[in-house]
Amino acid sequence: MSAVDRTRDIGEYVPAQDDDMIVCRCEEITKGEIRRAVHDGMYNVHEVRRLLRCGMGLCQGQTCARLVKSIVARELGVRSLEDATARAPMRPIEMSVFANDGGGE
Amino acid sequence: MSNVSDVIIVGAGVIGNATAYYLAKRGLRVTVLEKSEYIGNGGSSRNGGGVRQSGRHPAELPLVMYGVKNLWVNLSDELGMDVEYYQEGNLRLGKTPDHIKTLENLTNSAASGGLDVRMIDYKEAQSICPYLSDEVIGASWCPTDGHANPMLTTLAYYRAARRLGARFVSGAEVVEIRKLGGRARLVVTTDEVYEADTIVVAAGVASNKILETVGLRVPMNPALLECLVTEDCPPMFYQMLGTAMADFYGHQSKHGSFVFGGTTGYEPYTTYGGTPPATSGSAPGTCRGIIKYFPVLRDLKIVRTWAGWMDDCADHIPVIDTPDEVAGLVIGCGFSGHGFGISPTAATILAQLAVGETPVLDVSRFKYDRFKVRT
Ligand SMILES: Cc1cc2nc3c(=O)[nH]c(=O)nc-3n(C[C@H](O)[C@H](O)[C@H](O)COP(=O)(O)OP(=O)(O)OC[C@H]3O[C@@H](n4cnc5c(N)ncnc54)[C@H](O)[C@@H]3O)c2cc1C
Repeated sequence: MSAVDRTRDIGEYVPAQDDDMIVCRCEEITKGEIRRAVHDGMYNVHEVRRLLRCGMGLCQGQTCARLVKSIVARELGVRSLEDATARAPMRPIEMSVFANDGGGE
Repeated sequence: MSNVSDVIIVGAGVIGNATAYYLAKRGLRVTVLEKSEYIGNGGSSRNGGGVRQSGRHPAELPLVMYGVKNLWVNLSDELGMDVEYYQEGNLRLGKTPDHIKTLENLTNSAASGGLDVRMIDYKEAQSICPYLSDEVIGASWCPTDGHANPMLTTLAYYRAARRLGARFVSGAEVVEIRKLGGRARLVVTTDEVYEADTIVVAAGVASNKILETVGLRVPMNPALLECLVTEDCPPMFYQMLGTAMADFYGHQSKHGSFVFGGTTGYEPYTTYGGTPPATSGSAPGTCRGIIKYFPVLRDLKIVRTWAGWMDDCADHIPVIDTPDEVAGLVIGCGFSGHGFGISPTAATILAQLAVGETPVLDVSRFKYDRFKVRT
């Protein structure tokens, strides 16, 4: 783990031709929104995801996580970034099914 | 870059970020040191988003009421980001005469503190939220309670403070505070030394490790709290919900998903450190609670569960103080599982304490030295 000074200059946000491209299909988040979030100080996928919800929809980032990561890394000019945390359940599951685990009094 | 500033804040949770914002707004040079690589990675991005006055400890009530009246209403405008604040009231539901007794006690206590909260019957509750189970017999109702998005609020304070020039360093674990000339002045991380006139410790449950280096300790323990979120669905109702037995609490978010939290009874039995683990039994229990009160939600799909630690103080209210023992130090920790709703007020006061101003509200109940020994 190394210290990251959030005053570090990563340059201005420069609009790009493919900024309108949808990256997270579940939550309809575009590449441009992700790039702008980085320039707003969100220097990793965790913060970008908490700000924009990309990767937090029905598929929980199974489709877009890698792409989001590479966009954020490129914007920051770094080679690699840590993955966002995956959480249970693996697939969306109805409340009534989840409730039926035999627990409780 | 110079490591000298007017104020150093340890911890970039909602408390630290908001304090940084209010100080930067006054034109002070602020540095925020955050151990995690991610801003707001503690309880602040993991909580249920409740901005509730009802059910609060009498000592905390004036702070959260002040925040609801003066700060939350304008927060999105002030910070330039929609923090998804909804002020549509809080329903705390009951199904049995015992539940109603519990609710009445909470209601009387809050009402005597000046809060507009009252008991209502099933019919009135049903008129406020038509999706209730018909097993509900009554509720307490506080029309000015609400909820907001904790991730956005935490990041909105960060972004606004950063725009005002506050310096944030993530991946910067504070290991020691050192005194100089009798005052807390140096803040040592694993790889740097920072210096400031005033040091604010807002490191949540990990604050003690830092405070111990200047001989202080707040009686608090970690406790694990867990949440879940559903798929999104069309808007149904925007009240904050809870029950007399605390089976679950939660709300529908702007996005359309429902965010719910629950308790297992085993919250204090946890080991602090790393990513807080979601346990297998918690979410199913929360789902059972929800279905009992909101049967219409039974087919809604859960997409994610998570957990976070709270910093549970011995008397379940925070320490917000400039301790007499160490000059130059401000403490803001121990928010005991309800620090989100109170955060705009708490941070306003922490900023005032940091510059030596008299706080806008009396904080004598939150003093560091209030914990007396038994004999
Ligand atoms: C599941 C859950 C549900 C909750 N629901 C609600 C609710 O509905 N309403 C409500 O009002 N409250 C709720 N809370 C409580 C609320 O989240 C907290 O009280 C609040 O976020 C505390 O903010 P904080 O900034 O003090 O702490 P944190 O967000 O924990 O921030 C402390 C920061 O300090 C950092 N830190 C620790 N050690 C060091 C170090 N040595 N050096 C530098 N940095 C360090 C941490 O990494 C962390 O980022 C809930 C909490 C949880 C866990």
